[in-house]
Amino acid sequence: MINPRNPLWRFPGLFWVMVLFFAFLYVPIFVLVALSFNANQVATIWTGFSWDWYKGVLDNPNILRAAQNSLIVATAATLLSTLVAVAAAVGMTGRRFRGQNLFNGLVGLPLLVPEIVTAVASLLFFLAIGLQLGLLTVILAHTVFCIPFAYLPIRARLEGLDPRLAEAATDLYASPWHTFRRVTLPLLVPGIVSGAMLAFITSMDDFVITFFVAGAGATTLPVYIFGMIRTGITPEVNAISTLLLGVSVLLVALSFVVGQRGQAR
Amino acid sequence: MATPSREVTSIAGGSARRALERRDLLTRWALILPAGLVLVGLMLLPMLLMALMSWLEPGSFGGVRWGHYTPEAYIKFLFDRNLDDSLSLNTDYLSIFSRSFGLAFITMLITLLIGFPVSLYIALQTPRRRQWLIFLVTIPFWTNLLVRTYAWILLLRNGGLIESGLKQMGLLQGSLDLLYTPIAVQIGLVYAFLPFMVLPIYTSLEKLDWRLLEAAFDLYANRWKALWRVVLPLAAPGVIAGCILVFVPALGTYYIPELLGGAKSLMIGNLIQQQFGASRDWPFGAALSFALLALVLLFMLIYALRFRGKGSLL
Repeated sequence: MINPRNPLWRFPGLFWVMVLFFAFLYVPIFVLVALSFNANQVATIWTGFSWDWYKGVLDNPNILRAAQNSLIVATAATLLSTLVAVAAAVGMTGRRFRGQNLFNGLVGLPLLVPEIVTAVASLLFFLAIGLQLGLLTVILAHTVFCIPFAYLPIRARLEGLDPRLAEAATDLYASPWHTFRRVTLPLLVPGIVSGAMLAFITSMDDFVITFFVAGAGATTLPVYIFGMIRTGITPEVNAISTLLLGVSVLLVALSFVVGQRGQAR
Repeated sequence: MATPSREVTSIAGGSARRALERRDLLTRWALILPAGLVLVGLMLLPMLLMALMSWLEPGSFGGVRWGHYTPEAYIKFLFDRNLDDSLSLNTDYLSIFSRSFGLAFITMLITLLIGFPVSLYIALQTPRRRQWLIFLVTIPFWTNLLVRTYAWILLLRNGGLIESGLKQMGLLQGSLDLLYTPIAVQIGLVYAFLPFMVLPIYTSLEKLDWRLLEAAFDLYANRWKALWRVVLPLAAPGVIAGCILVFVPALGTYYIPELLGGAKSLMIGNLIQQQFGASRDWPFGAALSFALLALVLLFMLIYALRFRGKGSLL
């Protein structure tokens, strides 16, 4: 373990690089949030506090429909991807076996392939098999890229479990299914929750793939925001963007807390 | 469903044991199958289809003409076909590719120059502070990039925060004219991918045995020499992983140049999108995507061969 007080580890200037780094990372976010509460319509000058833009967002039926689509897609994709990810993680953990490396490569694919390539490939595929572009195609495409986000935390959690617990259950004449249901699964819950949350955030935030495979009726929030930005900068964009950021931050924080709990136990 | 056993016990003799092992293997495959099918059916298969479609003739209103094979999409990348069917060199697309490479490469360099000191600083903190700082790095990583890119429009545009700030300090007369330039795209790229550089480097620094650094000091190395000769080589897998995690998505980015750049800062992603939008040349779009994919896989392969077994990318 290193002792942070040791003067040997003091590299001059590091602190200031870190300060600049976090400023660079967070100033744009704070500016966006602040401007979403700005009463002034046109300029980026602060004139007073106002909820007007949020009221405007909540009164806009198109935004509400897009938000609803986003929720439907993210929920469906999260459920589907987490379900198959739990099964796969359970199957992959433990002893080594034939076919393991193949799956490892496969599950990493959505993370390694550039998003735009996945988007083009999915679009061409759906059109080639004659599937009408809409919510279904978006859900299918999202399920694919959510799988690694759900899978990796669950897998990590499983690797960290004490194998003796399951062995003890087996010694007490629990069937394999029973052992899984009563011992492994409860211990796995933190991993599943944080995996599902990451999948949910990833799906909520996706723009490029949705942009390609969503038909006219399946506009999600990011796609709608993109359209708004292109037609002109309005304070409503700031408000809806802030809301979307808030949801992500909340979920990341929750996932972080759940993960910490899981480790502490 | 039954859970596979952690190890197939060897109390039973040869054939019984083999039967158990076979059952265990079947269970495992059955568990992996659903995820495997989704990934093969909706990821691998579409990519193969895309490769196939890049060799087809384009339809007149988008789409492709099945069964009509032609290398035209790949010829189009480098040449213009004249009226008399002769080819003349056209470097338009090539220059978009090289611009994308340039922007992605500079992004990688800048994020490395900022990301390494930051990771080092975080790795040298107490475990509690480390956790907080990493949490602060992770938040932007998981929040909507489209929205965060949009925030830069508010900062960079004429009449935006940077311009009015500079004017108030008396550092600027006239307008800033930064938005819709390659510089704006470069800023957006660095901003977007910085966390991708910090996290892997931090992961490799966190595992570092700091006694090695002490040994270097004992042998009269000064701080910078110890950093250069001891810490940096040991952190190399993390540095390389960070470079790939920045370079690859930066190369294929679509909406950062779309929102922050002008016509002169088009990147590969924009070119690809155009083939499915206004240009309506699907085979060309498929060919461009396939070329991008091939390049990315090439980088991965080099990484995998160079750093085999020294910690994975993910």
